[in-house]
Amino acid sequence: MPLTPNLPLPAALEPGGAVVPWWRDRRVVPWLVQGGVGLTVLVLVAFLLSNLIRNLTAAGLLLSWSWLGQPAGFDIAETVLPFQASDPYWRGLLAGLVNTLRVVIAGLIGSTALGTLLGMASFSGNGLLRGLTRVYVEVVRNIPLLLQLVFWYFVVFLALPNGTAALQLPGVVLAKSGLYLSGFGEGLRWVAPQLVSGVWQAPLRWSVEFAALLTGLIAYSSAFIAEVVRGGIAAVAKGQWEAASSLGLSWLQTLRQVVLPQALRVIVPGLNTQYISLAKNSSLAVAVGFTDLYSVAETTLNQTGRAVEVVLFLLGAYLAIDLFISVVMNSLNRLVQIRER
Amino acid sequence: MGRPTSPLPRLSLRRAATLALLPLLLSACAPEGGSGVQSAKMATIKARGKLICGVDGSLPGFSFVSPDGSYSGLDVDVCKAMAAALLGDPAKVEYRNLNSSERFAALASGEIDLLSRNTTMTLSRDAAGGNGLNFAPPTFYDGQGVMAPTASGIKTLKDLAGKPICVESGTTTELNLADRMREQNIPYTPLKFQTGDQTYAAYLQGRCVAVTSDRSQLAGKRSSFPNPDAHTLLPDVMSKEPLAPATVNADPVWSDAVRWTVYSLFQAEELGISKANIAAKVAEAKAKSNLADLRRFLGVEGEFGKQLGLPADFVPKIVSAVGNYGEIFERNVGSTSRLKLDRGVNKQWKQGGLIYAPPFR
Repeated sequence: MPLTPNLPLPAALEPGGAVVPWWRDRRVVPWLVQGGVGLTVLVLVAFLLSNLIRNLTAAGLLLSWSWLGQPAGFDIAETVLPFQASDPYWRGLLAGLVNTLRVVIAGLIGSTALGTLLGMASFSGNGLLRGLTRVYVEVVRNIPLLLQLVFWYFVVFLALPNGTAALQLPGVVLAKSGLYLSGFGEGLRWVAPQLVSGVWQAPLRWSVEFAALLTGLIAYSSAFIAEVVRGGIAAVAKGQWEAASSLGLSWLQTLRQVVLPQALRVIVPGLNTQYISLAKNSSLAVAVGFTDLYSVAETTLNQTGRAVEVVLFLLGAYLAIDLFISVVMNSLNRLVQIRER
Repeated sequence: MGRPTSPLPRLSLRRAATLALLPLLLSACAPEGGSGVQSAKMATIKARGKLICGVDGSLPGFSFVSPDGSYSGLDVDVCKAMAAALLGDPAKVEYRNLNSSERFAALASGEIDLLSRNTTMTLSRDAAGGNGLNFAPPTFYDGQGVMAPTASGIKTLKDLAGKPICVESGTTTELNLADRMREQNIPYTPLKFQTGDQTYAAYLQGRCVAVTSDRSQLAGKRSSFPNPDAHTLLPDVMSKEPLAPATVNADPVWSDAVRWTVYSLFQAEELGISKANIAAKVAEAKAKSNLADLRRFLGVEGEFGKQLGLPADFVPKIVSAVGNYGEIFERNVGSTSRLKLDRGVNKQWKQGGLIYAPPFR
């Protein structure tokens, strides 16, 4: 093969023996294509960024974060983090973020539990249970979530009576003014909700806004999770069921000790998607009056006029929550995968 | 066509689009006779053939969609007056229903030309470093109030201590509520909703013991409640709420046209020019050359229209379309409407009110 001294590559030859020109050389072309695509993307991003900066400069709105330290001037109804109107905006946004995390974490736990039970129930020997599960899943996942939240809030929770007429269940009181749950009171005594001069008192109180949002999110997400779990169980070979039952294991034992551990490797990646959806869906809180991150950010945006900064913050916050969920779920996924030996 | 005041970036794509539109824009501008007054926004509206106006859409008296899909109300009449002045036809308006959080973004992005949506004029909304809006004169001087069910026995703000109060998020109302309650050390729970409809639905369901908003809005919403008499407006007025149409800060020619369209409504009332007598007044102005004020106002002489970039007879067009300010007020929110609001401070200055137009000179 003759070497051309000027090229770093040895010249390729046509079948006839002629030298292949560089624009048809398969060692050069991929680099050119990749470089071209990369350059196009780079130019496009640079163009968009410079355009954004030029527009913002023209409108006198260059990015600035000094407003974060200004007093917010608005109140938040229900916070885990103490917050008052004289606190700065960043504290308000943080309180909103904590409220969002509160509903997301509670939603993840609730929907996983309910979804797993529903997924298992769709393999039950009991036809009625199986049928009910199918009806639930089909009804819930085919109605828009926003509609369901509005339903839970305005039709269910706001229809609850107050005072003595409130719905009293063992350990829980459902009233329009909130959900009152039993819990540990002073000196670690178990305290149930009590009516004190017409107002319910309990160690733990949820607002109906929070309760409606949480119920809606759990009901919606659990239908999807049920399908993921059902898919995972169905992916386990039928022989596994038969082998387990021939060993004398019961239906529940078979499921718990033979089928579910194998099903997890199919279930976990699907769960990841559902968890991320739930975190994002929590921003619909604004429809039912729960002050989450999105709601605080919206008020902040209106008061400060710093639309770009607030939206960037929102994007960053939801991205961080979802990436965190993904990282956790991916590590879990590695744990449950079958190790090849 | 130069655009020294344009907010648009010098972007090759936009430039190409402008070049393509150039013949269209020029032909639409031609009837004005090239007065030297140029506005990118007004050229766009004329080329489009309709004004895009941002309104609330669910607030009786101000902007409300009737079952047949037509809009009515005080805010809507401002849109109609602007369309009549610029395009010669009050029907050439496309309305966009906006909630309070969307409105400024819709205006800033150019999605709407004019915001006429019971918006309070404030410093930070006006300032270039804030929302960067340009406000026309207030068309309704309002104040924030509180409404509670009559049966609840709530008489003052103090009675609201520790109680949940419904409020629309992203409004000045939300901040005023926080300020007033903080001043008087009254603890309370604000329940914030994104739209007025959700806010009032939660109030009617009894989730909150009171709802707060501009007093005119409360009266408007109350008129559409199943049982309006069961709700009372508290006497407390918590703030000044001058409600004014707004445009973006970037096009002074367009902002001036909006400002003087609103002033025309005020001035017409002051001069006793109404929808009924506008034709007669124009005829009178044309016949009598000694009525200089009237002739200038109605565009028979002088070039006010040209200076604003509007047709010479923009005032007769406005008044024959929607009437004067007094007529608009009475028709939508006054004694002949369902709201039955008193003129109050919204009277003409000669009657001791705040409605005052600077000289048309």
